[in-house]
Amino acid sequence: MSIHPPAVTGRGRILLTGGRVLDPASGTDDHLDVAVAEGRIVAVGPDARAVLEGLDETAAGGGDAPATSAGHGGDAPASSARPGRDADIEVVDCTGRWIAPGFVDLHTHLREPGGEAAEDIATGSAAGAAGGYTALCAMANTNPVCDTAAIAELVWRRGREVALVDVFPVGSITRGLEGRELTEIGALNACAAKVDFFSDDGIPLADSLVMRRALQYATAFDVVICNHAEDPDLTAGAQMNEGAMSSVLGLAGWPHEAEEVMLARDLILAGGVGARLHVPHVTTAGAVALIAQAKRSGVRVTAEATPHHLLLTDDLVADYDAVMKVNPPVRTSDDVEAVRAGLADGTLDVVGTDHAPHAPEFKDQEWEHAPCGMLGLETAFAVVNTTMIATGRLDPLTAIARFTTGPAAVRDVGGHGRGIAEGEDANLVVLDPELSWTVDATALHSRARNSPYHGRELTGRPVHTLLRGRFTLRDGQVAAPADHGQRTEHA
Amino acid sequence: MNRPARILEADDLARMLRRLAHELLEANHGADDLVLVGIQTRGLPLAERLAALIAEIEGTEVPTGALDTTLYRDDLGRRQPKSLHPTEVPVDVAGRTVVLVDDVLYTGRTIRAALDALNELGRPARIRLVVLVDRGHRELPIRADHVGKNLPTAYGDRIRVLVEELDGQDAVVAEPGGQEVDR
Amino acid sequence: MTAIATEPAPMPHLLGIDDLDTAQVVRILDTAEQLLPIATRERNTVPTLRGKVVCNLFLEDSTRTRISFDLAAKRLSAEVLNFSAKGSSVSKGESFKDTALTLDAMGVDCVVVRSGSSGAPLQLARYLDVPILNAGDGWHQHPTQALLDVFTMRRHLGDLAGRHVVIVGDLLHSRVARSEVQALTLLGAKVSVVAPPTLLPPQVEGWGVELVADLDEVLPDVDVVYLLRVQRERMHRAFFPSSREYSRLWGMDARRLALLGEQAIVMHPGPMNRGVEISGEVADSDRAVITEQVTNGIAVRMACLYLLLAARGGSDAEEAR
Repeated sequence: MSIHPPAVTGRGRILLTGGRVLDPASGTDDHLDVAVAEGRIVAVGPDARAVLEGLDETAAGGGDAPATSAGHGGDAPASSARPGRDADIEVVDCTGRWIAPGFVDLHTHLREPGGEAAEDIATGSAAGAAGGYTALCAMANTNPVCDTAAIAELVWRRGREVALVDVFPVGSITRGLEGRELTEIGALNACAAKVDFFSDDGIPLADSLVMRRALQYATAFDVVICNHAEDPDLTAGAQMNEGAMSSVLGLAGWPHEAEEVMLARDLILAGGVGARLHVPHVTTAGAVALIAQAKRSGVRVTAEATPHHLLLTDDLVADYDAVMKVNPPVRTSDDVEAVRAGLADGTLDVVGTDHAPHAPEFKDQEWEHAPCGMLGLETAFAVVNTTMIATGRLDPLTAIARFTTGPAAVRDVGGHGRGIAEGEDANLVVLDPELSWTVDATALHSRARNSPYHGRELTGRPVHTLLRGRFTLRDGQVAAPADHGQRTEHA
Repeated sequence: MNRPARILEADDLARMLRRLAHELLEANHGADDLVLVGIQTRGLPLAERLAALIAEIEGTEVPTGALDTTLYRDDLGRRQPKSLHPTEVPVDVAGRTVVLVDDVLYTGRTIRAALDALNELGRPARIRLVVLVDRGHRELPIRADHVGKNLPTAYGDRIRVLVEELDGQDAVVAEPGGQEVDR
Repeated sequence: MTAIATEPAPMPHLLGIDDLDTAQVVRILDTAEQLLPIATRERNTVPTLRGKVVCNLFLEDSTRTRISFDLAAKRLSAEVLNFSAKGSSVSKGESFKDTALTLDAMGVDCVVVRSGSSGAPLQLARYLDVPILNAGDGWHQHPTQALLDVFTMRRHLGDLAGRHVVIVGDLLHSRVARSEVQALTLLGAKVSVVAPPTLLPPQVEGWGVELVADLDEVLPDVDVVYLLRVQRERMHRAFFPSSREYSRLWGMDARRLALLGEQAIVMHPGPMNRGVEISGEVADSDRAVITEQVTNGIAVRMACLYLLLAARGGSDAEEAR
């Protein structure tokens, strides 16, 4: 893992050339040049270079010539066709690569405040940049819990300071994740972090009355309620998916019914009060079917698939390596197939990572004592590419939508997950869809090491990530966090 | 190279065993108080044959038992564990002359283990050792009282006594080692 | 003594019966057969494991199993180090891996591990470079219990191929049941199970057993009735209504004993709940071989320790005579 200072060239004039632009917002799937300047997309198409050059002259004429514009010396021949202009424009050859909007993750555990031994906003943001993300939604189960505007603003501001991704906090539904009193949803929504997405994360809101009231109350602000779909009575002591493997391994099973019972309740309640419900990490065939049915009947529901539930199955638990322990658990190949199908047909709107770092001393426990969760940010695209795109299950444009416009439709993430069009923030990712790589958990940017893909070969990887026109990932190298690096030019 | 060479044939073995039976009886002044104990696995059929010969010569049935030395060996962990075989001696050895019978005497470590194993069964008046082949290379101060044949060999060579009961034929064969053998 | 056609593969650990093949199981049983007289004779130790240190790592209380392993190691002249710790490592602020590395630093030659957590011995085997012997983990495996059980069955019934064993009771929470079914299957026995549906593991048909609805129906056909311990606290989580109803439907009593064939035996891994899964008359009858199981357990555990420790570090040097 290496971190380099963020690159600043020619006032952020960047030309992405030769790449395949995948823009779900406009439905564009074409080889186009993309011009970026001053943090925004200034042109898309054949005239991109010309537009950048025009900007260059305007900028120079305005007496705002950057220090690096060596080609603008007074003794340069005036008759040169394009005097010194290329030196100011960083031309990035994207031949064979895809250019997509920067990814948006609705489901990230950044662990700060309180869990910095596993991850903090700086390391989590670096992992996000390495994974092609420009926006991360930080889950509320921190310590203290994100149940006040103060914590939400702290997380939001810290994200801005680090400046590798934009961090959008998730508020808890109930105070202290205790499942009883509602968080001040209005205050959180009105604060600087503009929280419009609420979840008690791994703790299911089991009390149906509290859940119904939360959904009702949320309609006042049209914010989203996201409940972990699990009936806790049915999963008392559960350690892994219930089935043939749990039977042989002697681990208490997490029946698929536990997910489906709670999900059915939530869909009925959300439909009843007209609230917006987001279903995180859908893992069972039955759950996919319930969501599809609810969507057909007009429930305002969105749903998420994690990369790990698109790939991993419960036979991987066989050697009791707690890196495979996750909630909801990895399930059977039939369930994996159903989640893939749901993501392909749009029943599942988004890919959410549920990136959940844990310090090694917690994962190096006996299986039953180890916490649930696995890293996901840096491998998400590779897993989806390997399981869905390379297999022909999902066309690249739709797959990109699940990472970008899909999540952006669930909550307001500002200038993220939007189109690749003139005037938009230059939040972009350049992907190499052909690159095969072997995941090395020790080489990831997260502080924790609990990647379930360690040693696994995956195909596809982000090469460059741009956050408002600045490289947060360049040639596979993550930039230093803004407040830790030597960057001063744009401070 | 490394072709096994047959050193003794079935009739050689038969003559040697008959001589050994006579020697034993002579040294012991008869068959009284004798117990033949064959060391597992090839010492056991040899002990049984000696007992039959003694019965033929003296008309006396000598009690015959078996001793497995595996649990008393000092080379544990240096090779894969051997299957265990029964240790069964039909009489109390206390006060008797125990004749240990084995096929090949080599480093002496098996006999050392056998003496320990025997000790767990009781306190014999004396212990004698009969071997079919003594091939030298002793690593412990142990010698046989009665030897069928001395066969000088290289350290790494392998001498195998084949017996009808276990191997389907009686013979002694030598397999040249040809290389250093891990001690 | 039966000669085995091909020499069984050495065992690096004994983590579960599912790691073994038939030849390895037979070798353990045959070895135990030779060790049984030593365990019961007057001078009952052999010097085989002199200088070896066997660590009994008991992370869950089990006096019986610990004593059995203790005796087995001592009869082989091993030094025994008892390391008991209740609860998880994390409650003490360290990881399970830290606990393992502590044992490693102490230089033990073998770890006998008992844990309430399924899979803990497998994890230990990854962390340590010495043989790990599973003395029971969670609901997962209890290989020496299954081995001593099949050893006991073999002594009564001979070859177990084609024999019929019915396992009765709480299979869901039973590490014994998982090991038992696998050991019996390896030896060619037919296994039936009878239990309240709430106490059957999910997809138990996948274990290769026959599900039987009515205990009475199967009893005349079986050679062994194997009763599992029923934890009374299970009724509080709605697994079954009462111990009375349990004993009426799934308990072994005098009436059911009379349904057995002449040679059939009754077994139980202990400790028994008299009056629940087994009536006093059955437990004390000559059909019950429960105390014999305990005696045989020492010989079987000696065999396991011998085979694990005697195999270590060795090249196949020519046998020194």
